[in-house]
Amino acid sequence: MEPRRPPRTVSDPKVRQVGFVTPAAAPPARTVSDTAAMPAAGASQELPLSGSSLSPVMIPPPRHDGLSARVTAPVPVPIAATALRLDNLQIRVGSYNQSEVLLGTPPMTSPSSRVEDAVSEFSDDVSASSLYGRTEPDKVGTAFPGRSGDLMPAKSVVAGGSIGGSHTPENPPTTSLVVKTLPGITEKKRGMLEKQHDEAAAPKPLKEKTTKAERRALQEAQRAAKSAAKEGGGADPTNTKKDKVVKPTPQKKDVPEVAASSGKKVDRPLEKERKKEVLPLRMQFDDKHKVEKVKQRAIVNQREAKSRVEFFQRLPQYVHGTQLQELEAKFFQLDAVHPSVYKVGLHHLSGKITGGNARCIAMLLAFKEAIKDYSTPPEKALVRDLNAKISGFVSFLIECRPLSISMGNAIKFLKNRIAKLPLSMSELDAKASIQSDIDRFINQKIIIADKVIVRHAFAKIRDGDVLLTYGLSSVVEMILVYAHEHKKKFRIVIVDSRPKHEGQILLRRLVAKGLNCTYTHINAISYIMHEVTRVFLGAASVLSNGTVYSRVGTACVAMVAKAYRVPVLICCEAYKFHERVQLDSICFNELGDPDAILKVPTHVESYLYGCMDNDNLQLLNLNYDATPSDYVSMIITDYGMVSCNQLLIYCSVF
Amino acid sequence: MPDVQALVNDFVLKIKRRKIEGSQATAKHTAELLRQVVSQQRITYTNQAASLIDAVKAVGEQLIEANPVELAIGNIVRRVLHMIREENVSSAMSAVEELALGSDDDEAEHDNRMGLSAAAVAAAARSTLRAPSLQTLLEDIPDSATAPHPPSSGGDSEGKNKSAAESSSRNKKLKHDVIEAINELIQEIDTCHELISAQAVEHIHQNEVILTLGHSRTVKEFLFAANEKKRSFRVFVAEGAPRYQGHVLAKELVGKGLQTTVITDSAVFAMISRVNMVIVGAHAIMANGGVIAPVGINMVALAAQRHAVPFVVLADCMDYGQLGDSPPIRVENPAFDYVAPKLVSLFITDMGGHSPSYVYRLIADYYSAEDLVVRRKSAP
Repeated sequence: MEPRRPPRTVSDPKVRQVGFVTPAAAPPARTVSDTAAMPAAGASQELPLSGSSLSPVMIPPPRHDGLSARVTAPVPVPIAATALRLDNLQIRVGSYNQSEVLLGTPPMTSPSSRVEDAVSEFSDDVSASSLYGRTEPDKVGTAFPGRSGDLMPAKSVVAGGSIGGSHTPENPPTTSLVVKTLPGITEKKRGMLEKQHDEAAAPKPLKEKTTKAERRALQEAQRAAKSAAKEGGGADPTNTKKDKVVKPTPQKKDVPEVAASSGKKVDRPLEKERKKEVLPLRMQFDDKHKVEKVKQRAIVNQREAKSRVEFFQRLPQYVHGTQLQELEAKFFQLDAVHPSVYKVGLHHLSGKITGGNARCIAMLLAFKEAIKDYSTPPEKALVRDLNAKISGFVSFLIECRPLSISMGNAIKFLKNRIAKLPLSMSELDAKASIQSDIDRFINQKIIIADKVIVRHAFAKIRDGDVLLTYGLSSVVEMILVYAHEHKKKFRIVIVDSRPKHEGQILLRRLVAKGLNCTYTHINAISYIMHEVTRVFLGAASVLSNGTVYSRVGTACVAMVAKAYRVPVLICCEAYKFHERVQLDSICFNELGDPDAILKVPTHVESYLYGCMDNDNLQLLNLNYDATPSDYVSMIITDYGMVSCNQLLIYCSVF
Repeated sequence: MPDVQALVNDFVLKIKRRKIEGSQATAKHTAELLRQVVSQQRITYTNQAASLIDAVKAVGEQLIEANPVELAIGNIVRRVLHMIREENVSSAMSAVEELALGSDDDEAEHDNRMGLSAAAVAAAARSTLRAPSLQTLLEDIPDSATAPHPPSSGGDSEGKNKSAAESSSRNKKLKHDVIEAINELIQEIDTCHELISAQAVEHIHQNEVILTLGHSRTVKEFLFAANEKKRSFRVFVAEGAPRYQGHVLAKELVGKGLQTTVITDSAVFAMISRVNMVIVGAHAIMANGGVIAPVGINMVALAAQRHAVPFVVLADCMDYGQLGDSPPIRVENPAFDYVAPKLVSLFITDMGGHSPSYVYRLIADYYSAEDLVVRRKSAP
């Protein structure tokens, strides 16, 4: 399942365009771009929204794209490049004919090459022939466009030749080896070979090129030198021209190839994905066949819990605590998983890191680390390989503990970014860009968002309030501390529940800060609710029908608050929104460790001791529940305070 | 008397240390203690009933004070006071009857019932609060059902007939009657579960999914009874947080072969949408139909209401409590919840199923209006 994801994320926008909801990662990005004037992230995600019309707003700022643009074409406005890129994507969405149009349109700048490349991949024959047609002007005079056009076919030809071996004799003997890998050389041959392999070259080159593409960035210098040497050996005037161009061209070439490859790859799945996209089915654990399949792939051999509650057969239920040691033992055997990801996985598994935000940040940082250490293996494209790699990490994390919705959204974002990487980008730049994307995501979507939420929520706290909160929510904690620091006089009621007792952590922290706290158990909620004036709750996600998906017990608290007419305020960062809908807590949930229920405080030995093997006894430890939207008075997000109804609009807009 | 006082002190201590827990055990112990008190009470010749009432009240106050939250104590005290009054009135009535009708000794056995019910009607009429109640209508049945009482009271009235003037013997009889009545009460406490659980079959059908919270003996026996009738159903047990009695219940249910799932209290809302019926035991029932039950039940009731799941309360006979709209009990560490009557679908008592709006009637049957103040007296 995983390997297929990268293409899907690429195709996401196109498909999403149709649906009423857009990828969850998109909404925050856009808001950020709107509000914080950080269009970089937003730009690419705008795509789905604005199918045909490109508003200037969406164009990524130079800084971001600059990474690629800087190298390729310093002068020719990055805007053009991005715009073209956008067009390019759109073309892929639509008919291939447009590509020809694009070709026809005068691509003035280097970026255009990307477009052409992408185009060329779609219809090799067409592009090749058309390019050839245009090669003439190149030779005559100036142009990048022509050049890029030239290079394409030439390269492809050469590649084809080298593969087939039929044309190799024609290549200069010195570089026969290099030919396969280095595009720079191919250009030289172009002059000679052009005519010959119109037909032969076109079909094959793609594969070869894709493999080459990744290396090129690193080998540019080499190539340049070599090509120069060859030219010196005796070349046409055209070759000399190439010399100058060499620097830019290889990258240009890369772009087309990679784009082509990815484009092609995208195209095929696209059809399938389209169907899939409509109903992104979750793994259903009552489907034995599938479970078996997954198990074979699994790194973590989780033993499944014996007795499962009928309602939750769909969900994975594992015997907790068994796999930790195994995993630790496996540490040195798992090459596929980066150590930092491994560490995060173990932390998730052992419960050392909990909470949507914390888990998400930990995961992203681990990915960042992994990307830092990543190098594209030979014969592979960065975009594809990295995406596959991330997918591998993700499936490892899933095995450790099912993803939270926040993590899912972050992964979606990350993959989107990777897939949208300009293909001309060198590996270093690409990695840097992704890393900065990750940092920006953490900063904007989580840290700054939290700060904004805190400000909003602060406005809702008055002197003399009695605030109730449930469990441990990082945002709520921030709100309370912030309000306390700003001299609000209020009292806090912390409601807690078994088996996690997260509230005790919150209690400890708040009391240490000198806040006036009351601590009670969720069963006493009806008792304590009389004195409460506001209820602040965190959420794991807000679904598009307004249902708040959060730690188990939240629904109870909200329900009782509603019964006592106490306003319920849900604090949730916008990046946690999700387009799924859910009516009850049964359809989707996460099962915790059932044995956690067994241990009863104040009793050394469980009451249930002795009948654990009885098949009639089942223990159910749910992790989440769904709070109906009518229990919620208000949702505080980073774009402000909205009611559930308004939220629906937000969700559908993004 | 000193030994009674010692007993009382002992009992108070036990209650305070929570050695005795659960409304049933408490009720039984209270009744037994009161029986002791009554039997130890010296016979006065002037007003036996009044002195008995005073003695019981004195002890009752101490007991109630020991644990004001355990309503069963107060209820039993009130029940006993009520019985003393009724016995007193009935003996007085029968004496009056004797005078009026002459001696019907021959048919004493038969007539005695009539006399009793007449006495009850008189007792009812005496208190303005009480309209002729269900209890008075049903009076014949329990009396005829409980064998030991009528003969003795019959003997009593006979005795009275013969020596109507001798108040001493009458007083002796009164005391005897009261003790008999208390014995009956104790018996009733014992059998009440059976009566309730006998109705289980009517309420639990095949493949039902039942949710309960905490541990209640009544609920347990209710479920057992249904299980014995080969109904297969599944039970979700919420653990009932501060004390986790749900685990105990789960263990017992599993032992009987019932399919049981233990859930945390916080998961109640999540699971309630798949539940057909919520069955809980009550700690006390208010006259307005509200329920005082282990903490957490209100949450369950609200969730049940949200999902239109029937919320059934199993009520022991000694659970009927307070009159009027009682606010939730406020205890430092809440052990109980107050459930508003609108959240309750049904009460199942030993007398059958009742709607919340009918509870005040049942209460009127059990207590005299005068005794409602027992607790208030003790408060200052």
